[in-house]
Parts: sequence; C-alpha cells; structure tokens
Amino acid sequence: MPDPVLRVCSLYPDVMNIYADRGNLLVLERRSAWRGIEVRITPAGFGDRIDPDAHDLFYLGGGQDRDQALCARDLVDTKRDALHAAADRGALVLGICGGFQLLGHVYELGDEEIPGLGLVDLRTVRSDGPRLIGNVAIEVELDPGEPRVLAGFENHGGRTHLGTGERALGRVLRGHGNDGRSGEEGVRRDGVIGTYLHGPLLPKNTWFADWLIARATGADLAPLDDRFEDAAHASARVAAGVPASGRAN
Amino acid sequence: MIGPKLAAARAAGALSRRAGRGGTSLPGKVLLRLEPEAIATLSSRLPQGSVAISATNGKTTTAAIVAAILARAEGRVVHNVQGANMAGGVASALLDASHGTRIDGEIGLFEVDEFWLDRVAPQLRPRALLLGNLFRDQLDRYGELETIADRWAAVLDRLPGTRLVLNADDPLVADLGLGRDDPLYFGVEDDAVALAHLPHASDSKHCRRCGTPLAYDAVYVGHLGRWHCPRGDSSRPAPAVTAANIRLDGTRGAQLLLRTPAGDAEVRLGLPGLYNVYNALGAAALALALGISLDDIVAGLEEVRAAFGRAETVQIDGHELAILLVKNPTGANEVLRTLALEAGEIDLLAVLNDNVADGRDVSWIWDADLELLAGSVRRVVCSGTRAPELALRLKYAGIEPERIEVIDDLEAGLDAALAGAGDRLYAMPTYTAMLALRELLARRGSTAGMFT
Repeated sequence: MPDPVLRVCSLYPDVMNIYADRGNLLVLERRSAWRGIEVRITPAGFGDRIDPDAHDLFYLGGGQDRDQALCARDLVDTKRDALHAAADRGALVLGICGGFQLLGHVYELGDEEIPGLGLVDLRTVRSDGPRLIGNVAIEVELDPGEPRVLAGFENHGGRTHLGTGERALGRVLRGHGNDGRSGEEGVRRDGVIGTYLHGPLLPKNTWFADWLIARATGADLAPLDDRFEDAAHASARVAAGVPASGRAN
Repeated sequence: MIGPKLAAARAAGALSRRAGRGGTSLPGKVLLRLEPEAIATLSSRLPQGSVAISATNGKTTTAAIVAAILARAEGRVVHNVQGANMAGGVASALLDASHGTRIDGEIGLFEVDEFWLDRVAPQLRPRALLLGNLFRDQLDRYGELETIADRWAAVLDRLPGTRLVLNADDPLVADLGLGRDDPLYFGVEDDAVALAHLPHASDSKHCRRCGTPLAYDAVYVGHLGRWHCPRGDSSRPAPAVTAANIRLDGTRGAQLLLRTPAGDAEVRLGLPGLYNVYNALGAAALALALGISLDDIVAGLEEVRAAFGRAETVQIDGHELAILLVKNPTGANEVLRTLALEAGEIDLLAVLNDNVADGRDVSWIWDADLELLAGSVRRVVCSGTRAPELALRLKYAGIEPERIEVIDDLEAGLDAALAGAGDRLYAMPTYTAMLALRELLARRGSTAGMFT
C-alpha cells in the first residue's frame, strides 16, 4: 500500500485569504505531516486550469468584494466544469466565507450579480441591514449519530438562503448563521462543504481538520498530542458562549 | 455661547474620573453632544492652525515625533496624546487647553482614527494632513481597505485648502494625491532593507485604476514599496522626502540619511525598526510642509524615545522589559522582524485580548508571520482573553510546545515570564493588553512619564 498523500488545490491563495485562510492550510499541512502523510498544496490562480482528478481537497477562502467578484468570473470561466467533476467523484470542496457564497448560484449585490459555481443550491443576497459579525458556534453531524461543535467567527454582509432539499452544515448554537434567522449555518452536500466560520476554522476545530484529512486520504489517523488544540477549541467555544467541551446544548 | 457648555463637559469629566473611570475622551464626547461644532469652534482659535495625522499603523508614534518638532519650532502644542483619536478625544484635548475664549497653545496636532477622519477633519480644516498607510486591521470594526480609501478620498474633497502629505510607497494612499495641488510625498529608497517578496499579509496589491496586480521593484513593509502598475495605469509618485542608507539596530533604534528639498541630514532615531523609519519620514515631511527648518526637524526626530507601549522599555524586578504593541498582521510582522534582529534566544510575554478595541476577531494572528520567531524563542508565556489560541498559533509557527506556557491571567503571566527571564524580557501585547500591562507596571512603580 502506498504512503498516503493529501493533495490540496488552493484556489486564489493570493487574494481569497482575507480572514487568515492560510491558517486553515497550515493546520492541514502540519497535522498531516506529523502523521507521516505527505501534503502537496497546489495553488490555482486566475486563468489556471485545474485537473479534477489531481486533488483530494479544493480550498476556497474569502476575499475583499472586488477580489471576490474577479475570482467569481474566473471560476465560472475556467474552473467550473473541473470542480463539478471533482465534486461528482466525491472530492472535498471546502468554501469559507466568500468561498462559501461562491459555491452557490449567485451573489446579488444590489444591481450587480456575481455568478457562482452552482455546486450547491443556494443564493446569497447582500442585505442593507448590518453585517453579521461575531463569535459563533454550530452543531454539526458529519457522521450520522456523532454531533460535534464547530466554533469560529463570522463577518458577512450577505444573507445566504438554501434551496429546498439542500442541507445546512449545522445548526446555530450561538451567533447569526446563514441569514441571521433560519438557525442554519453553512451547507453540506457530500464532499462539498461551505461555512461562514473563519477564525480561521481549522485551527479552532482541529477535529474537523482531521475529519477532512481522513476522508481525503482514506488513512487511519494516529492520535496527536492535542493539548494546545483542545484548549484553543475550548477558548473559541467559550468566546461564542457555549460550554468548553462536550455537546453544547 | 460655547462657554457654559465647556464647563458642563469638564464637570462630566471630573465626575467620571472620581468614579474611577479613566475616560480621556469622555468630556469631549459630552461637549460634542452639547455643541456638535465644538472642534471647529475651539480649533479655529489656534493662532497657527492645526495639523492632522491618520494611518492604520504608526499614528501615535508619528504624532509624538511631530509634537517634539513642533514644540521646538512653534511653541505650545495642543495634542491628543495616548491615542484618544476619535472625535471625543480630539474635542477633549481642545477642551483641556481652552480657558474662556482663549486657547492655551500655538498649534494643534491631532492623530485621528482612520474611520473618524471624515467626521473630524472637516471641522479641523488642518493646514496639513499626513496620511501614512492603510493596512488590514480589525475587519470586524473597520471593514475592507478599499472602503476606507474611498471614505478618505471623499473627505479630501471637503478639504481644498489642506496640504496633503502622503506616503508614496503605499499605493492606496499615494493614489489620493492624484488631481490635488502639490501633495508632498515621502518614501523609502534603500534596497538594502527590502524584503525578498510581498509578505502574506499584504493587501493593496492591485492597481486602483485597472485592477492589474502591481509590480514591485522593492518591498519594504507589508505592501509598502516601490511599485508600479505593469500596464502603466499608475505608479509610485517620486517622493520629495526620502530615507536612504538605513541601518537598523534591533529593538534599540535606527539610523538613516534623511533627504529633503531643504537639504540632507544624517538622523539617529531612538525608535526601532523600518516601520519607525516610515513614521519619522512622515513626521519630517509634515514638518517640512509647515515650513519648519531642517535643524528643528532633525533635533525633534532624535529627541523622541519610544513611549506608550510602542517599543517602550521599562525596568522591573531587575529586568529590562521592552513593550512592543501589536494590533494587526503588518504591525505585528514589523515587530517580529525587529525581534528577529535581537541576538540569541529571547524571552517573551505574548498577550492576546479580544476586547472591542483589540478587535473581537482574533483571526489576524494567523496572517502575522509568527514563523519569524521559530528558532529564536527561549521561552514564551501566553496570556490574555484568547491566550490558548495564541499558544496554538505559536506551536504551528514552529515553536516547540515545551517552550510555550499558557497563563490566561495577565498579572500571573507577567510574574511567570519575569521569573524565568534573563536580563531582558519582551512583551508583545494587543491594545487593551498593553493598557492593562502598563497599568500593572505603573502600580509596581515601573513606568515613567506618560501614563497617568
């Protein structure tokens, strides 16, 4: 059996990185390397074609409005088909904040419509209301019967609405979530996962980083000394107003 | 009549101080509620008018340098010290200096929060306005950089008589001078201090005209450098005031050759790091815009020592403690670059708070290049409201977990850090952590001067 390899495609790392998205990649990199899993991170920028079979995880972070609009057009022009093919074969596509919005059909910004990848059935509308900002905790069930907590920080002007039949990533324990009302946060359809949680997400929730690594590589992950990781997760949960450990309700 | 309102605002301030709430800006806030145009009314009484400074990073230090220069050249300065830089803080400084219909000062010097410039500057109508830089900072509070740049551009339209002093090395800031009469540009011109490439946390990387990624001949701090649009739609204006032959001396100071239209001068700064060279350049350019002599400028530059948590050094329990405020990725990177110049392994107290003034969102620690510390930290104590997350960041930056200790409580953290430290300890606090740390040190009789 060959040594496991985690192949990550990092989409627009130079511009879609506003909420410390690099921390997410660093956590994937370190936690894989500590277990002897080789990590190959391939950046894909404007105009670059991507090979749907060459990567196990496609990562798309958030950017400033103007950068996000530029990326949206490039995604639709040069990468949409490949990302659909990758999602269809069960590869992971992780979209965070602006990246989450781009997974859907469209982001309506007043008169402007920013196109999305259409990997999931959702649309986002920029609200005249206040930005939804603050610490946030959600309960997710990535594997049936195993509810876990993700904690992070959200900061978005858009309100995201899921189509009927589309499932949220989790339910809001504390914070605003997709639209500030539905109690839903993020989206999940098999390997396609979107969320507004940054902070960044994976350092605050290394259990989720491990879930992604395990699913992407099929490897059995050896446990690590996670004292610092557990304390950081607890700190983020407490900041959001949920208990430091255990189920949160 | 503004007189009775001044008295009422002063009384509110005195009441708040007696109640044990610091509130430097409270009397000013009260005054502005009673008299929304108070900043305009009071500042118009200053015989030499006012100057204003805004930037993401370096406002307080730049203002301190300008204050030293103005004190020599112009006499008594009305100045909002200690970073009380929203409208209330500016109004408080003016209120403090006012006596009846008179103001006790020759010239006003105001650092203004980048988000408050559009509310404060039109009232001040400053003779000169220094805009230093725009970096990614507290996205939960300030929003995106382009938004702030747009707000600045709008406020400049309302200040036709103000001489602009602009950082040529910051594309967003330099752009604000287009179409203006005679902006005075400053910038660094020394390839020896350039970085190998744009740091991760740099933001303003695209031409504001056409959106093309900018090309750099040299990168100095964050996205500051010698830049141009490869399509030719914009480029760095040639600065009239420059720094060359820069020599950085760790956390202790820096030297530079200051070049100006009024002549050149060798300057020995008591402030460390390339970021302080920028602060010194901006201050010198602002003073030149006021017609102050080069001799006064150089004397002011050399006189200023680090203060109020900006590379300030104090004595405590037989140790030297250097306090290096960090607020955002680029500011932190410059502090880290400066620390990396220190010889040997350092002892560090790193304090991360998430109060409103720090930014509730602590994501930014993952954008700062804490990797610069790997291999140069003997021991680090992490404290503050989000200490565990800072500790985790350090672990992933490559510092061995055995060297990292988490003590949430600041006072206990300080004691532990001191107990294990050699002669010199470095503290790297966020804003409210810096205030708390200085208060602790003041209680122990360690800080000198400015903290009251």
